[in-house]
Amino acid sequence: MDDVLYSIRNLDVRYATRFGDVLAVEDVSLDIRRGEILGLVGESGCGKSTLGKAIMRLIRTPGRIAGGELWFDGNDLMTYSDKQMRDVRGGEIGMVFQDPMTSLNPVQRVVEHLTETIRTHEPKVSDLAATARAEELVEKLGIRRERLDDYPHQLSGGMRQRVMISLALALHTKLLIADEPTTSLDVIVEAKFLDLLRELRDEFDLTILMITHNIGVVAEVADRVAVMYAGRMAEVGDVYSVFANPKHPYTTGLLSSVPNIDLAEHDLYKMEGSPPNLLRPPTGCPFHPRCPKAMEVCARELPVFREVADGQSTACWLYNEAEVSNG
Amino acid sequence: MAENLVEVVGVTKWFPVAQGFIDGITGAPKQYVRAVDGVTFEIRKGEVFGLAGESGSGKSTVGRLVLRLHDVTDGKVVFDGVDLGSLSNEEMRRMRHRMQVVFQDPLASLNPRMTVGETIEHPARIHMPDLSDEERHARVLQMLEQVGMTPAEFFYGKYPHQISGGQRQRVVFARGMITAPDLIVADEPIAMADVSVRALLLDLMMQLKAEFDLTYLFITHDLATAKYVCDRIAIMYLGKIVEIGPLDVVFSDARHPYTRALLDAVPVPDPKHRRTAPLPAGEIPNPINPPPGCNFHPRCPIAQAGICDGIDPVLLPVDGNTEHLVSCHLRTGEYQDLDPMR
Repeated sequence: MDDVLYSIRNLDVRYATRFGDVLAVEDVSLDIRRGEILGLVGESGCGKSTLGKAIMRLIRTPGRIAGGELWFDGNDLMTYSDKQMRDVRGGEIGMVFQDPMTSLNPVQRVVEHLTETIRTHEPKVSDLAATARAEELVEKLGIRRERLDDYPHQLSGGMRQRVMISLALALHTKLLIADEPTTSLDVIVEAKFLDLLRELRDEFDLTILMITHNIGVVAEVADRVAVMYAGRMAEVGDVYSVFANPKHPYTTGLLSSVPNIDLAEHDLYKMEGSPPNLLRPPTGCPFHPRCPKAMEVCARELPVFREVADGQSTACWLYNEAEVSNG
Repeated sequence: MAENLVEVVGVTKWFPVAQGFIDGITGAPKQYVRAVDGVTFEIRKGEVFGLAGESGSGKSTVGRLVLRLHDVTDGKVVFDGVDLGSLSNEEMRRMRHRMQVVFQDPLASLNPRMTVGETIEHPARIHMPDLSDEERHARVLQMLEQVGMTPAEFFYGKYPHQISGGQRQRVVFARGMITAPDLIVADEPIAMADVSVRALLLDLMMQLKAEFDLTYLFITHDLATAKYVCDRIAIMYLGKIVEIGPLDVVFSDARHPYTRALLDAVPVPDPKHRRTAPLPAGEIPNPINPPPGCNFHPRCPIAQAGICDGIDPVLLPVDGNTEHLVSCHLRTGEYQDLDPMR
């Protein structure tokens, strides 16, 4: 069996606006490996959520997938019909969003959410059997089965997020996409939720793509990390290598601007400027106007994204010197 | 001149819960959300005082009570020697230029139809009627430069939607600064900003503090950020302060089990430091019917039956250090011998 579950190749996502196309995701390639927790980080507007949606082909007009390939478990999703995609979504690929309250139906009991999900995808399952499955599932997630008869507003924030996960896992999910799943949670609840994610990964053989702006959360749970900037992939690598030895200057800056409660004294790095306007991205490397190590070539040409150390890839001219000299 | 800019003494704020029609005519007892339940602390001149806790802990309500944006249910707030509760509305209005507030979401705090310049000028029109138009305009430009928005003339005519999120928060700070306040209540001022922008905003806050002799009440849920700015910190749980002290003492030697849990739960941006400490059970309880005795006892790993669930703990000095106070029966006071971790 291939150890890559989902493979994104040269993906372009564009949004049409009256000022022209916004390149929300540009030329992104990324492999999600079986059984891993991959942390996808970046600041707002970097395209990380768009990438998460594109993986499920959930980009709606005025957006569109303008190019690239999406391979899930050996299947070319770009050739799938809408009907086939509907079966994949919520079936083999599940998704959890930031705010559970807006994702749950306020006038539906928790149990109805679950049985509806199961029976939509598996119409042959009886209502009774679906309820039994729902009960078993929520208990695994630490919710007492009596709570299934509650409405979403009767649950706490942490419990709602568990319900969201149970919805994602109700079918035979292989890949779970979690988009800022802990952002609306308090730290203690967040920490418990992260523990739960790790347990679920082991118990259900899950692969998890965790989209977040919270670097601490990625350090806590991820096996590998992917850093996006201005619609492009800046760096990908195993979490220990990237945190210990970031290659891209943006990653370096991002990591050292995160407050760390554990270090005795260290000043926060203050990154100059702000992320670029994607309607008119800078020429060359999109990070060059803010980059402390920018060279003349950076403003002119895009660096190639490639492996620069064992298991660590980046798009930066600092590591592309060979090509520069070869002209 | 008092050493304390703000003294919060036994402050309580209960919000009535909306009752249904039937409850009203059957005379069911009125219920209250005990948002703030007997809080005492002081903010010293020139310090950054942190107030931290989870959502629902009452930290933002305390901030509003300090500004008298809410009236207290009980207790008093003394600002520079004056009991704010004793002031008439007109007197309070004249006091307001000395205290300003910065909220989390700058877009919600700014009027979309006012330019940056008009926004910053507005408080000066109200609170500084003696200034001439030219003087006021010059002051606005000076404030813009002060918060790093240069060239000031360029930003003067911009509307909030034309500038970045970080710049918007700078405008909110400039608007707060123009009346030369003594106190700024900053309620999650950087929570909306991107990581790379946060450090710059914190830097700006500290710069303004140094230049204008400011005092801050810094309200946050993020202990990691608090570490970089606060001199002293109070940890709130369910409307009460459970621990208070100098920041480095509280962070290195937290005594309250809740403070400990909160500190342990903060994700550390270093994969080599994965958390191992167990987390407290359950979630923050309903503030309408808080648990009896110590609020935290149902979740507390060291709670002792008969004490923690019956007797209200009070803030007491830790090992005789009057700067570091903890509200826990097992960590201060007469029941310390019962602490299972001792």
